Amino acid sequence: MSPDAIKRIVLPGLGLVVVLVLWTVISQAVAPDLPSPARTWTESRRYVLEPFFKDGEMNQGIGRLAFYSLVRVAKGYALALLIGTPIGFLLGLSRSFHASFDPIVQFLRPISPLAWLPLGLVIFQKSEPAAIFTIALCAMWPTVINTAVGVRSISQEYLNVGRVLKLSRFKMLTKIIVPASLPYVFTGYRLSLGLAWLVIVAAEMLTGTPGVGGFLWQEYNSLVYSHIILSVVTIGAIGLLLDRLMGLVEARVKAG
Amino acid sequence: MSYLEVRGLEKSYVARGRTTHVLGGVDLTVDEGEFVAVVGYSGSGKTTLVSLIAGLIAPDGGTIVLDGARVTEPGPERGIVFQQYSLLPWMTVYDNVALAVDAVNSGKRPAERRRLTDELIALVNLTPARDKRPRELSGGMRQRVAVARGLGMAPKLLLMDEPFSALDALTRATLQDELTRIWGERRCTVILITNDVDEAILLADRIYPMTPGPGAQLGAPIEVGLPRPRSRRHMSLTPAYQKARQALVDFLRSRRGAA
Repeated sequence: MSPDAIKRIVLPGLGLVVVLVLWTVISQAVAPDLPSPARTWTESRRYVLEPFFKDGEMNQGIGRLAFYSLVRVAKGYALALLIGTPIGFLLGLSRSFHASFDPIVQFLRPISPLAWLPLGLVIFQKSEPAAIFTIALCAMWPTVINTAVGVRSISQEYLNVGRVLKLSRFKMLTKIIVPASLPYVFTGYRLSLGLAWLVIVAAEMLTGTPGVGGFLWQEYNSLVYSHIILSVVTIGAIGLLLDRLMGLVEARVKAG
Repeated sequence: MSYLEVRGLEKSYVARGRTTHVLGGVDLTVDEGEFVAVVGYSGSGKTTLVSLIAGLIAPDGGTIVLDGARVTEPGPERGIVFQQYSLLPWMTVYDNVALAVDAVNSGKRPAERRRLTDELIALVNLTPARDKRPRELSGGMRQRVAVARGLGMAPKLLLMDEPFSALDALTRATLQDELTRIWGERRCTVILITNDVDEAILLADRIYPMTPGPGAQLGAPIEVGLPRPRSRRHMSLTPAYQKARQALVDFLRSRRGAA
């Protein structure tokens, strides 16, 4: 076996085995309520092997639940980009806009989704728009900040080209400012997607909407602990997949 | 009055409370169709002079008048070939040149603008690289694109700020030869900023030596009495070349001792 194959397959496999062993030990010796890996698998098998079955609103295959969550995240994330990108460009382009709104951005940024969600429920009176509102509000900050930084770090040489050519404001934006800041913007998009996925669980837990997060909380209340682990693993796997996909898109953009 | 008249140009920079006096009263004239070089040591304020004539920065004192009009802001009638890194990396060679051509020919039809752009790319021998991006090109090819873009502005005055200084010696020589050919075809008014005495003599009609900063000034211009077309092979043996070179080197050496 080549050293490369050892690095790529054997070592990550070893890491997984260590985690499974630790998990088994903890479930046997420390926390008897925690299902062992084997029990988790037996109790979750149907959800994984028939990922799209539907017995009721809250009893569905994991693929179906993940799909609901992904659709919700997609909506919130789209809203985050739609609002966050122009704000980022304005912050980067205009000194007075920056002076007016940067303090507010810095103030809102660290607020947890758990704080936004009740406010969303108050504003929208319904759980679905409240969840999307929360995702958008929490996920947009990396896009806002990276876009602003991207605009500010455009090399003076590029801007001088536009000044010498006396490009119109619109051409300056479309031909120079947007393409020059695009790598930063996409870094923001990738980080925002990670956050959006992070928020979905909290939003679904609090609103009880069907999805991976809602399922997790319901199964906790029904004392089916193995399904909590199933949800956690699903959330992790999808999060990783989303990050990798966005990483590919980002690399594409950076390569020009 | 000359085509370009620069009178008593002053510029200082203030950084962290310290004032650096860069230009201390620069006088310079260029006639229409003339090729003028400014030669000086690195860091003496040559780029500041170009930025001022381009209108990218404002002088503290003095005036710049081109073709009867006072220079107050940047504009394509003073085209620039920057030192390096000024091509837009997300655009192809064609798009980089077309950006300039389209900016100054907005009244012309798209087909005509395309023809002008392709003509410029052919002029700098880059037709095979037309659809490549800057990062796929060598340093020499990139500077050819920059020259084509500068000419694409159809400028009254073309400013070249050490356009070949980042290139290796062989590539630099090739581009200098190309520039003599292009200038022979186009006959535009040029100011070339350089730290290379031989480059200045090969290309220019007149050469202004620059004193080292702070408070840099230009010495009396030296006429290059060499007939055109010039060839670097025979040039160095002629008395006219040796006379111009001696005058430049003497000026630059004597001023450096004082600094």
